This record gives sequence, structure tokens and C-alpha cells, in this order.
Amino acid sequence: MHILINSIVIGLLFIGLIFFTGGTLGILRMPDFYTRLHPAGKLDTMGLMSFVFAFCIYNLEHLTWDSLIVSLKMLLIVFFVSLSSPTATHAIVDAGIRAGLKPWTKKNKEG
Amino acid sequence: MIDLFTYIGIYICFLMIFSLYRGIAGPTVLDRLIGVNAIGSKTVVFLLLIGFIYKRIDMFVDIALAYGLLNFIAVLAAARYFHKKRGLYEESKF
Amino acid sequence: MKKRVISFILTFLFMGILWITLSGKFEPLLLFLGLVSVIIVTLMSGNLLFSNPSNDYTITFFRFLGYLPWIIIQIIKANIHVLKIVFSPNMMEKIDPHIIVFTTRLKKDFSIVTMANSITLTPGTITVTANPDGKFRVHAIDRPCAEDLPGEMEERVAKVFGE
Repeated sequence: MHILINSIVIGLLFIGLIFFTGGTLGILRMPDFYTRLHPAGKLDTMGLMSFVFAFCIYNLEHLTWDSLIVSLKMLLIVFFVSLSSPTATHAIVDAGIRAGLKPWTKKNKEG
Repeated sequence: MIDLFTYIGIYICFLMIFSLYRGIAGPTVLDRLIGVNAIGSKTVVFLLLIGFIYKRIDMFVDIALAYGLLNFIAVLAAARYFHKKRGLYEESKF
Repeated sequence: MKKRVISFILTFLFMGILWITLSGKFEPLLLFLGLVSVIIVTLMSGNLLFSNPSNDYTITFFRFLGYLPWIIIQIIKANIHVLKIVFSPNMMEKIDPHIIVFTTRLKKDFSIVTMANSITLTPGTITVTANPDGKFRVHAIDRPCAEDLPGEMEERVAKVFGE
């Protein structure tokens, strides 16, 4: 049982690390700010969710009242982040559109 | 398991430094905002990792929750503020 | 008047559960402090969270729970798609950012907000603007991501909110 829980936790942690690495690489490699938002806003959220689920499972290994409350708080973090991340992304896009930034497209670069 | 958490924390620190590059060198203000937002979402995980390493997860989970909400509000306020600034993309000419 | 009372009670219960989850202690002093602060918050903003409670809300809530697994699977699939783009060496040929405009038949505020958040959470697409008439402008990172819109997602959201 112990080994099973540990392997699930380690698997989720590595999935989270891959998503975080992808998010950071995306922020560094993408050509303009609209395309940078795609990896920044969502791969990071996905990585955070998988990390927090891993911590939840690891924390629930010794089941007590305190660890149950702590795991509930972690799920609350997931809930708030999944609600607030699209809103923050939308706020940044809106600011960019209103400031008049032109989106990068392929034709602009070729022509 | 605690050793693994320590190594993951070090790796996340490196990722934060790379995100900070976008925060410093980004051509427009909004690029910097994206970089700071990415660092913030990594910090939530980092705080939870610190909690596990020092065995005080019951305390650090509150800090992580509050930090996540603060990060969201900071990004929202900054994005609202830069609404009104025209000519955002001319900043790189300075 | 009756609706206000119901929304007060719902807000009170919601805030109370939130207080107990965040505090996690059952000492009399802490519970009393929690009761006082919950009552103050309920009196100040009781009609903000559940502005128009009716029986439809519970049905909508359970339909929304049925919508969640589908959207989670979509999110995971699309995340892996963006991950492949980011890690591929010839990223510049693969991406093709463009803005698409489409109109949906959604009319309720809540369903439009759900649709916009679902589009933004699905990677490869970001909602730029969403009107109350159901008109969306979406920034997509490449062509295959944009092809699925509005399509199935609109039907599912419309089914959840009964439109």
C-alpha cells in the first residue's frame, strides 16, 4: 500500500514538473505576447493542479482529522486557481487589445 | 520522499529564474506581467513543498492559499491599470 | 421577501462551511468569533452570491456536475497538444496564431461566462471578447485548435443551462 501511494505521488509530481517546464519554455520561446499567454496561463495551471493532487494524496497517507482539513484546503487552492486563472488570462488579453497591440501572425513575418 | 521534495524545489527555483528573464527583458509591460504571474503560480507549489520539508504543512497551506489569491488580485489590478495607458508597446524605444 | 431570506440562509451556510474548513478547530471562542463574522458578512453582502435563488439552481448544479468530466478530459487532451507544440524543435512552423469570430445561440449571462471560461481553460484558445448577444472573439494558436469551436462545447453548455 505504501509503495502504491508513493508511486502514484511520484508519477503525479513528474507530470507536474513536465507541465511546469513546458510552461516556462513556452514563455521563453513564443514570438509575441498573445501566444505567450497560451502556455503561461494554462500549462502552469495544469502543473499546479497535478502537484497539488500529488500533495493531497501524500498528505492523506496518515489519515487524521488535521490531515483531512489540510487536504480540503489544498482542494480549495485548486478550486480558486481553476476559477481565477482564466479570469487573469482574460484580463491580460483585454488590456493588450485595448492598448492596441497587434497579434503576431505568419503573414506579417513573411511579407 | 523528503529528499525528492528538496530536489523538486531546487528545480522549480531554476524554472523561476528562467521565468524572471521574461519579467526583466520582456518587450512590453504585459510580457513582464505574464512572467510575474508564472512565478507566482510556481511559488504556490514551492510554499507547499517548504511546508512538507519542514513538517509544518498545516501552517504553510494557509500561506499558499492566501498567496494564490493575492497573486490573482495583483495581476487583475495591474491589467486594469494598464488599460488606460495608450502606447504600451512604445516602451521598448526608451 | 421570501427570496431574500433564502439567499441569506444559503450565504450563511456557505460562509459557515468555509469558516470551519479554513479554521479546523472547534473551541467555543473560535466558533463564536466565526459566527459573529459570518453574520456580519451575510448582512453586508447577503444578496450578492445567490442573487435569484429558485429550484432551477439545484437542477442546473447537478447538470453542471455532469458537464465537469467531459471538460476535464478536453482540458487534458488540449494541454498535451500545446505541450507537444512547445517542446517541438520547429515550433515556428507549427504555430499559426489567428483570431476567429463566431456567434452562438447562448443568451443567459451565466452560460456565456461558463462558455468563455471553458474556452480559455482549453489550451490553444483564449476568449478575447464575449458579448451578451453570444458573439465571441477567440484567439487560437493554430488551425486544429480553432476547428472544434463552437461545435460540441456550445451544445453541452446549452444543455446544462437549459437553452
